[in-house]
Amino acid sequence: MSEGRRLARKKDFLYLRAAVLAAIRRFFASRDYLEVETPHRIPAPAPESHIDAVPSDDWFMQTSPELCMKRLLAAGYPRLFQICRCFRGRENGDRHLPEFTLLEWYRAGADYRDLMSECEDLVIGIARALGRGEEIAFKGKMIRLEKPWERCSVREAFHKYASRSLEEALEGGYFDETIAFEIEPRLDGERPVFLCDYPLSRGALARRKPGDPAFAERFELYMGGMELVNAFSELTDAEEQRRRFLMEEEERRAMGKRSYPMPERFLKALPEMPESAGAALGVDRLVMLFADAADIRDVVAFAPEDL
Amino acid sequence: MYTASDLRKGLRIKLDNDPYQITEFNFVKPGKGQSLYRCKLRNMITGAQFERTFREVDTFQPADLREKTMQYLYKEENNYVFMDMETYEQIYLTADQVGDAINFLLDNLEVEVLLFEDKPIGVTLPNSVDLRVVKAEPWAKGDTVSGNYKPVILETGYKVLVPPFIEEGEKIRVDTRSGEYLTRVKE
Repeated sequence: MSEGRRLARKKDFLYLRAAVLAAIRRFFASRDYLEVETPHRIPAPAPESHIDAVPSDDWFMQTSPELCMKRLLAAGYPRLFQICRCFRGRENGDRHLPEFTLLEWYRAGADYRDLMSECEDLVIGIARALGRGEEIAFKGKMIRLEKPWERCSVREAFHKYASRSLEEALEGGYFDETIAFEIEPRLDGERPVFLCDYPLSRGALARRKPGDPAFAERFELYMGGMELVNAFSELTDAEEQRRRFLMEEEERRAMGKRSYPMPERFLKALPEMPESAGAALGVDRLVMLFADAADIRDVVAFAPEDL
Repeated sequence: MYTASDLRKGLRIKLDNDPYQITEFNFVKPGKGQSLYRCKLRNMITGAQFERTFREVDTFQPADLREKTMQYLYKEENNYVFMDMETYEQIYLTADQVGDAINFLLDNLEVEVLLFEDKPIGVTLPNSVDLRVVKAEPWAKGDTVSGNYKPVILETGYKVLVPPFIEEGEKIRVDTRSGEYLTRVKE
């Protein structure tokens, strides 16, 4: 197919994408969030065992804007959002691009439950701005947006959908496979689902759940079986954060992966950061949802193969 | 050596000492979790298919596969005998290894023999071959309805549908991938 035809076929999706971006900005402006921009190129990404930063000279392309945004939060900016490009090495599939668009937002004084409500309002607000009703057609099914959406803990989800318990999956090293192949495909019902309370080892920057210290206050929002948002009640204890980073680094070393410098300036700012919650939403996937697109490549003008 | 991130549809890798081709490929990564590479693989020797998920730490050897032009000589009991055109060395393939190519193998036909670690495992034919019709019902005059195909038997024993005007003794061209009639060959 010629370049002109390929891009012409994307016209509806590209207009939809622009409308989604505009609606996101209006939503956060109406809630007194400050839109910020932080550098794409950074000296030290947050060490996470399964997220690989792309080197750029002796620095890295950001894998998310998290560390800089938290430094702003620590400096007294209580409500922040950013829409930016993030880069993750070797992530390439029908829901992954090595360069993708992330919406990330932080709110002081909030916890992850508050952000669940905010996610509901955000998606409903965008649907309205696009002139859609209370339903989205995606992959041959209807998703109803009426609040409240389902909340399901990771432990419950294993119990309901998986062939093994959460403990067995963690001990046997099958947590990711079970989530990906047994649980995710079942989270495609009429109601969006907040999968919440992840094992602590799966939330390197998340706060422990009070009263249940083996778990972190983290959720993922699933719509149509697709993961759309990841969010935490943020960890604000710098010493614990350093220990968690060291554990992630240790895992990276064990896998033979490149190690990252410790993000010291972030750790130094962390004690000043108020209790807060933050979320990251995959904008390309949100557009897929409203476009009823099966492949993330459908909703960007240029995928790596087109360059 | 390949790593999991090299996996893609069509790639041929060595696994448990056999060559495999990836026939379907899917990249999956649950949030903050590890990259998972879900593949459907076909054993290039047995044809068996199965599904397997690899992780980012998995590594693979490429399958040592190459093709060599050889000439088909004859059938000997259950083996098909081919000759390497460079070395004149003879190699043997079983009926299973030859597969559907049996239908189109004519003495002296040049084919590509697939070698895995220098052992022959399969054969690729030219996209089309010319074969003589050895048995056909005569053309009923007046039967001009197009699409009214009739079965004939070719010199390899292969049965194929052809247009009604094809007569016994004529040569036709057959697509070796679909097994279908292509055209009449003028001699």
